[in-house]
Amino acid sequence: MEFFRPTTLPEACHLKSEHPGALPLCGGTDVMVDINFDRRRPEALLDLTDVRGLYEVSRYDGYVRIGAAVPYTTIIAELSAEAPGLAIASRTVGSPQIRNRGSVGGNLGSASPAGDALPPLLAVDAEVEAVSAAGTRRIPIHEFFLGPKVNALRRDELIAAVHVPVARGPQQYAKVGTRNAMVIAVCSFSLALHPDAARVGTGIGSAAPTPRAALEAEDFLADELAERWETPEPLPDDVVRRFGELVAAAASPIDDVRGTADYRRHALSVLARRTLEWTWAEHGRQERTR
Amino acid sequence: MSVSTEVRNRTAGGVGDSPVRPDGMFKVTGQFAYSSDLYMDGMLWGTTLRSPHPRARIRSIDIGAALKLAGVSAVLTHDDVPGERVYGLEIADQPVLAYGEVRYQGEPVAIVAADHPETARRAAALIVVDYEVVEPVTDPREAVGHPYWKPVHDQPGQRTAMSRDKAPVHPEGNIVRHQPVRFGAPDTATADVVVRGDYEVGMQDQAFLGPESGLAVPDDDGGVDLYVATQWLHVDRRQLAGALALPEEKIRLTLAGVGGAFGAREDLSMQVHACMLALRTGRPVKMVYSREESFFGHVHRHPALMRYEHGADRDGRLIYVRAHILLDGGAYTSSTPAVVGNAATLGVGPYVIPNVAVDAWGVYTNNPPCGAMRGFGAVQAAFAYESQMDRLAAAVGVSPLEIRIRNAMSEGSVLPTGQVIDSPAPVAELMRRLEAMPLPPPLSEDLRGMPGGVSNTTHGEGVRRGVGYAIGIKNVGFSEGFDDFSTARVRIELVGDEPSVLVHTAAVEVGQGLVTVQAQIARSELGVERVTVAAADTQVGSGGSTSASRQTYVTGGAVRAACESVRVALFERAAERYGPGDYRLVGGTVESTVDGMVGDIASLLLEGPVERTVEWRHRPTQPVDEATGRGDAHVQWAFCAHRAVVDVDVELGLIRVVELAAVQDVGRAMNPDAVLGQIHGGSAQGLGLAVMEEVQLIDGKLRNPSFTDYLIPTIMDMPPMRVEVLELADPHAPYGLRGVGEPPTISSTPAIVAAVRAASGVDLRRVPIRPEHLVLPAARPGSDSGIAPGTPAHSTQRP
Ligand SMILES: Cc1cc2nc3c(=O)[nH]c(=O)nc-3n(C[C@H](O)[C@H](O)[C@H](O)COP(=O)(O)OP(=O)(O)OC[C@H]3O[C@@H](n4cnc5c(N)ncnc54)[C@H](O)[C@@H]3O)c2cc1C
Repeated sequence: MEFFRPTTLPEACHLKSEHPGALPLCGGTDVMVDINFDRRRPEALLDLTDVRGLYEVSRYDGYVRIGAAVPYTTIIAELSAEAPGLAIASRTVGSPQIRNRGSVGGNLGSASPAGDALPPLLAVDAEVEAVSAAGTRRIPIHEFFLGPKVNALRRDELIAAVHVPVARGPQQYAKVGTRNAMVIAVCSFSLALHPDAARVGTGIGSAAPTPRAALEAEDFLADELAERWETPEPLPDDVVRRFGELVAAAASPIDDVRGTADYRRHALSVLARRTLEWTWAEHGRQERTR
Repeated sequence: MSVSTEVRNRTAGGVGDSPVRPDGMFKVTGQFAYSSDLYMDGMLWGTTLRSPHPRARIRSIDIGAALKLAGVSAVLTHDDVPGERVYGLEIADQPVLAYGEVRYQGEPVAIVAADHPETARRAAALIVVDYEVVEPVTDPREAVGHPYWKPVHDQPGQRTAMSRDKAPVHPEGNIVRHQPVRFGAPDTATADVVVRGDYEVGMQDQAFLGPESGLAVPDDDGGVDLYVATQWLHVDRRQLAGALALPEEKIRLTLAGVGGAFGAREDLSMQVHACMLALRTGRPVKMVYSREESFFGHVHRHPALMRYEHGADRDGRLIYVRAHILLDGGAYTSSTPAVVGNAATLGVGPYVIPNVAVDAWGVYTNNPPCGAMRGFGAVQAAFAYESQMDRLAAAVGVSPLEIRIRNAMSEGSVLPTGQVIDSPAPVAELMRRLEAMPLPPPLSEDLRGMPGGVSNTTHGEGVRRGVGYAIGIKNVGFSEGFDDFSTARVRIELVGDEPSVLVHTAAVEVGQGLVTVQAQIARSELGVERVTVAAADTQVGSGGSTSASRQTYVTGGAVRAACESVRVALFERAAERYGPGDYRLVGGTVESTVDGMVGDIASLLLEGPVERTVEWRHRPTQPVDEATGRGDAHVQWAFCAHRAVVDVDVELGLIRVVELAAVQDVGRAMNPDAVLGQIHGGSAQGLGLAVMEEVQLIDGKLRNPSFTDYLIPTIMDMPPMRVEVLELADPHAPYGLRGVGEPPTISSTPAIVAAVRAASGVDLRRVPIRPEHLVLPAARPGSDSGIAPGTPAHSTQRP
């Protein structure tokens, strides 16, 4: 197995176009597990650890650009105001060791339906910056997940960063696991309120072949909230319940070793109701202090 | 028996102290050499090809392509086994390498030695095995019932059946052992209050952190040296001698660093394979299982299906208990017979019950073999009988504590086997002490204290608190007439003018602290601080198994006996030197009861070292009667009780154990820190069984052979503990001590489940509890109709 360790992004892109079979490695917390379990025998490894640019966080025009290799630890410490959903999700990932090494770029690269960073990115309409020797393009997050562990990257492309709109309202993420830490999601849900645009965003994890948004639930809630943004009284029970049902209905879960489809649907409706109540209450507090 | 409990604490680091473990610093800093770290120049790497099928006939095995791969030194199959083709702890029925048929997924079929582990793996992948797949027997009821019974083993089994009315007796069978226990008149007893229930325990794994590994080094004399992580060097050697067709003297075992055991290292794993490869190639061969392979490489805890009926008077005083316990032993015998013996003889718990009928069965299926795991048959039964005690309490309207106190056994009580409990059995006291302990504060505000933890699933919504209690009983040491002994060699000599003691046994340190305690005993007995414990190996006689909570008792007893023998020799020297008298050895000096200090130990050693080897036995036990279970089967009993406090998110079915409190009688706390360590660790393992740990199977195939999906508790799951330790001496045991390791594993599971029931109001009948059991009634296992043998109802493993 060949091993490449570029120090700049152009160099990395060049190597990737010369060796499209080379497997990129950011934190390696997915790659090394696959190699150790002999699930993968890539012809080459493209270790991005030394590409300093991939660790940068920058801001522009209402966006935060998070370099592909930025570890969860940094996101938790520095981005909990600008990307609160992603920060809460990052807090649920693995153990301290994994959060020190694991990255959003790697989570996107793996494109697992259970990737914890992914539902919050859906809920805020993030964009993935893909880069190759031929140039750069931005892939809307809603077009990024093509199937279980399949993403929209071309074989010569690398993830340079993810662009996240700065939060203008409350965001939440909740993840069900059968252990109180270090657990892969049985199912998860992210909710973002966008009061400025009078919209809401959602993301469902681990309950469909890919992470996905609950579009009907988003529309329903946006309609219900339309007249309420400026006078945020507690929401009627039937609205909260209906939102939960629509989120559950948007999933297409299966029975597997981590849980049953029925349980996943049930739990999603609970998570949807709770995250709605938390974010709406927070929106109310923000409105009152304005 | 005051002598045995006398405090001899005047030599630092002796019995009752908690000296620092010699291996502690190395383990904590990552420097300890485990068996997987073994290395030798020129060594080869061995690997194992395993069956992908739970059941299949082997038509042929073609090793040609594997042998041709560059770097491969040997590819061996059953044809190459030099001696006996089967091995086993109690009954030799497990093939060294499969021949004719494979009976479980993961059964070893061929082994390879190569210059690199990757080469070995690639070679193994080139071996072509032609299998004729056969439908496996995976439901233990089906294995013994009619008309679904299919033989897993060709050989005839014992003639018996699950239930006298329903299942016909078969001419041959899948029954490994059926042990009835009859006491009083259980068939005719009636009661005002009756509770019936079915219970299930899933398959737990020992989940030790250091995978199976070792290094075999061939010797010029045709023999072999094996460095290996195991639980009993001499029993490994006995089985190796059979399989390798070598005399035992030609097989020398040395213990390598053991990364946990919990029963999973009692059966052989890579031992014979590595030796076969080393003897064939003439080169050292190392084998290390991967984490995934490890799940196939050792036995698990027996899953159990249990049906209990408790009858009591209106005050809750037990009149009778009838119980059926069906244990799935998987494909081979392993220690199933002894597990059945424990489940049967301890199957009704630490209670006084005038009429008892217990039937425990261990059966063969094509599931993975099950064998020893901490708690060994007592764990499964305790989940059922403690669940029943809570239901009985509810039925008569008393508290869970009160029902246990009213029925508690005590010293002098008689077990259903007819054996009299002849040492303290403080069952009621353990419960009262739990009752007196303060309760933890209410729900924490911090996410980390909530059900779901930092996964952020609740900020208090849906969270209910519950409290539950349980107690268990466990036998210590090997039971049922087994000749259970340990050997210790103790040598005292001058090293650089200072007296120094060397303790040498073959007893295995698995992390529990045996090395420390052996040195403590030598310090107290010989009054010498400088004690070294030699590496465990087969150059000294058997130390017996590191299991059944027995090593501090039995090897501790042997070390003490050897020290006493050494002391007698030193006193003879003292008498020559200082005249006749009554001497003691304390803090490096020789004291006379009359004159006080008369000299130092060093001066007694000027004429040379003293060395003694002693084989020491605990008091004998008896086999139990095949039909009634009568017999003095056990050496000693140990009791631990738990109170669990849990917060349950009743909408999501997520559980946070808030606190575990435990009270355990240890007879004598030889090393108080180590005792606490055992209670914490054992409780954690019981917590795992209660809320998450299960090897999941579908049609005999493992679904979760990894730590990604076989979940064990993290520090966020295991709460702080409140522990009280009682020291009520057992007059029959060295120092009055009682085995400590297993009891906490037994009661923590039912206590946690009881607390979850209290919090949620859901009548849970199966462990581990899964979230859907709490929130989706349709997903909930269990009924009160009983286990009808041969009825293809829900399987044990399918969630
Ligand atoms: C013990 C443990 C616990 C875990 N717990 C969680 C958890 O709770 N939640 C969770 O979501 N995940 C979890 N994971 C999985 C993993 O940590 C995450 O998916 C993490 O985000 C991966 O990031 P990484 O940088 O380590 O990725 P890597 O392993 O380096 O890469 C992952 C994938 O992305 C590709 N890739 C990496 N960087 C790039 C790039 N710049 N361009 C293109 N492709 C790229 C790689 O080729 C690979 O396919 C856990 C893993 C372990 C070992």
